[in-house]
Amino acid sequence: DYDLIIIGGGSGGLACSKEAAALGKKVMVLDYVVPTPLGTSWGLGGTCVNVGCIPKKLMHQAALLGQALQDSRKYGWQYEEQVKHNWEIMVEAIQNYIGSLNWGYRVSLREKSVTYLNSYGEFVEPHKIKATNRKGQVTYHTAETFVLATGERPRYLGIPGDKEYCITSDDLFSLPYCPGKTLVVGASYVALECAGFLAGLGLDVTVMVRSILLRGFDQEMAERVGAHMETHGVKFIRKFVPIQASMPGRLKVTAKSTEGPEIFEEEYNTVLIAIGRDACTRNIGLETIGVKINEKNGKVPVNDEEQTNVPYVYAIGDILEGKLELTPVAIQAGKLLARRLYGGSSIKCDYINVPTTVFTPLEYGSCGLAEERAVEKYGKQNLEVYHSLFWPLEWTVPGRDNNTCYAKIICSKHDNNRVIGFHVLGPNAGEVTQGFAAAIKCGLTKELLDETIGIHPTCGEVFTTMDITKSSGQDITQRGC
Amino acid sequence: GKKEYDLLVIGGGSGGLACAKEAAQFGRKVAVLDYVEPSPQGTKWGLGGTCVNVGCIPKKLMHQAALLGSALKDAQHYGWNIAQPVHHTWSVMAHAVQNYVKSLNWGHRVQLQDKKVKYFNMKGSFSDTHTICGLTKAGKETIVTAEKIVIATGGRPKYPMHIAGALEYGITSDDLFWLKESPGRTLTPFGFNVSLECAGFLTGIGLDTTVMMRSIPLRGFDQQMASLVTEHMESYGTKFLKRCFPIKVEKLESNRLQVTWKNTDLGTEETDSFDTVMWAVGRAPDTESLNLETVGVKTNSETGKIIVDASEATSVPHIYAVGDITEGRPELTPTAIAAGKLLAQRLFGQSSELMDYDNVPTTVFTPLEYGCVGLSEEAAVQCYGSDNIEVW
Repeated sequence: DYDLIIIGGGSGGLACSKEAAALGKKVMVLDYVVPTPLGTSWGLGGTCVNVGCIPKKLMHQAALLGQALQDSRKYGWQYEEQVKHNWEIMVEAIQNYIGSLNWGYRVSLREKSVTYLNSYGEFVEPHKIKATNRKGQVTYHTAETFVLATGERPRYLGIPGDKEYCITSDDLFSLPYCPGKTLVVGASYVALECAGFLAGLGLDVTVMVRSILLRGFDQEMAERVGAHMETHGVKFIRKFVPIQASMPGRLKVTAKSTEGPEIFEEEYNTVLIAIGRDACTRNIGLETIGVKINEKNGKVPVNDEEQTNVPYVYAIGDILEGKLELTPVAIQAGKLLARRLYGGSSIKCDYINVPTTVFTPLEYGSCGLAEERAVEKYGKQNLEVYHSLFWPLEWTVPGRDNNTCYAKIICSKHDNNRVIGFHVLGPNAGEVTQGFAAAIKCGLTKELLDETIGIHPTCGEVFTTMDITKSSGQDITQRGC
Repeated sequence: GKKEYDLLVIGGGSGGLACAKEAAQFGRKVAVLDYVEPSPQGTKWGLGGTCVNVGCIPKKLMHQAALLGSALKDAQHYGWNIAQPVHHTWSVMAHAVQNYVKSLNWGHRVQLQDKKVKYFNMKGSFSDTHTICGLTKAGKETIVTAEKIVIATGGRPKYPMHIAGALEYGITSDDLFWLKESPGRTLTPFGFNVSLECAGFLTGIGLDTTVMMRSIPLRGFDQQMASLVTEHMESYGTKFLKRCFPIKVEKLESNRLQVTWKNTDLGTEETDSFDTVMWAVGRAPDTESLNLETVGVKTNSETGKIIVDASEATSVPHIYAVGDITEGRPELTPTAIAAGKLLAQRLFGQSSELMDYDNVPTTVFTPLEYGCVGLSEEAAVQCYGSDNIEVW
């Protein structure tokens, strides 16, 4: 019936469908949200819009505004001493905005003549899917080509009480009551971002970490992110894992040390599990048509054109094996895929040097390699690492967090001092990193960076005047201008 | 004969200090003269130049104060319950900003000391091509000789002298950042970046502010962007008197200022009263007291700025110039710093690298900030023809 059927109406799926429709094809998108154990569900748009990037950044902003309130007094603003935060007002405002995005996507699909089904899709035979809606009604549809873009959902701990008593990010952003005293289990960016803004809103927050922070990220930067959170009131319990959640009155968590017999017990209002995400590929009939997935994590291996082992089935977004779980990556992959399939293009998605930002209270932006990875790949003697601490001008008047913000670039000596790793810890890290990501794509070298004139006074300009290398051992503590 | 110093820098601002410190790194004997002639209103400040004392730094801090005002309004939507009304106290902000600036003055003095650069708080003028006469505030004279001299005296705000009362009753950005009391209801001609930035933050902290423009805002910048900037300011409460120019300023009995202006659209004269008139009509190079004619350093007849070549050399061998004082260069701190450093590296290091003034990025810190690099659309069309450009 269709040229293209896309299973999953998130960042990747929608981008692909709209591009294909613009190229004149008959396209269908299926999107369906299986409710969380607590019953939370949401509309069209996928993780980013509903339970990811968008609500996360808005809550992060709410927390930043709390800090702004404190700073403002030093800048001469006066108002009543007692300022408190109302969770319900914030959630309502955010959910309203998300609702407008869900609506916007539906309108957009209609305008582009993409057929949208709010149904759960599964393969029943080659080229054919079964679509089941909320009421249980079943329809069947066939297509020339399929794209899997089903994304992921948070993983649970697999301990007694986890599904009954604990929540995940899927629930947090629409929680109808203030989470109160919260335990965040995990050290992923989801865990740290959530712990960060919850603390910023004035809540008592503890993060329980099994081993390291931000696995996969530059560890020096990860530790700095964590240190800042700790300085600002977030408690960390390191090298412990929860073994039980129960509800004798309040929510009680029992945890065990990873290094010995020590047991830890504490009561919380809310336990947020953020230990990772699992691909939604197990129950969509992929075995029926022979699409191979990684049995361990459910992810789908594809070639450099996003094609699975079954030629008419492609996959994009978070479910891809070995690719970055980011909205812009999924959108780009989806668009380019549609152009290759129907527009005669041969451009493939470039997964190298994709910039990203962790929106913890002190934001961390990066592009290129973590220092550990660079050392692994090139050898320490072939790298030069430049670094600097900096103090945003805006923080001088309130007198906070001096010598906390940090900038680092990793250069490859035998490739003209090419910048292969860019890392910044500071306010507006995403805005700063975006520009430098384009420069890195153009082959930025240390020399070009030095020739770039800075904008004064900004945080970003620190990268145009980096003189001190790690190898020199020189002190980077800032004293004055 | 042997000169006292290898390098003498006249002007302790962004360019001058960067040059002096870099030269000292090469083991050279370096001295810096810095002197602030008080403004007509009597305002003066310490070591560091325009940027630190009456430019970028206090400007951005006051801009931040205004942004925080917006943040307070936003915060309520995000669930923070702030009791209304909220108000702003100028003296708390000014005091905090001025204290920070003073810490920077101190920091600069310490840095010069650390790097063994001799600092003279004196006003310098040329006696001959290798000799500077330095005058202290008390009138004491000191003669200093040097092999090479760098002029980095920067600029000061202009007064529109043809407008009666402008000098007696008006202030400039030199004074605004050091005011102890709120400027109150303010008028700021003429729509250059300084006037818009100041009008922007004054509005943001709750003051009644008017910008008067004879013709276009942000002359020299992309005009589409300029109007987006001013439209935003207008929607947030800054008043604009367009196609108007001031004729005279008088003082009223109440101590307020009465401004009379010509409205060129209607052809009429209008008046209104303000607490403060802040002139932001451009900046003039600070060369008057240098005695440049004596040594033959050539300046541009129109702008008064010092003419330099690509290596920052003036018409006189071994006399150089960097920063706002130089003709045809952007008036920006980072370019002055970079030019100063590279100059020192060429003079005393083994470098031959020249300063690249192409594609210098800049930002106007109006309430809605405007960042740009490269050509304005008008300049691009002029340069390449509109057929040869695509604008996204």
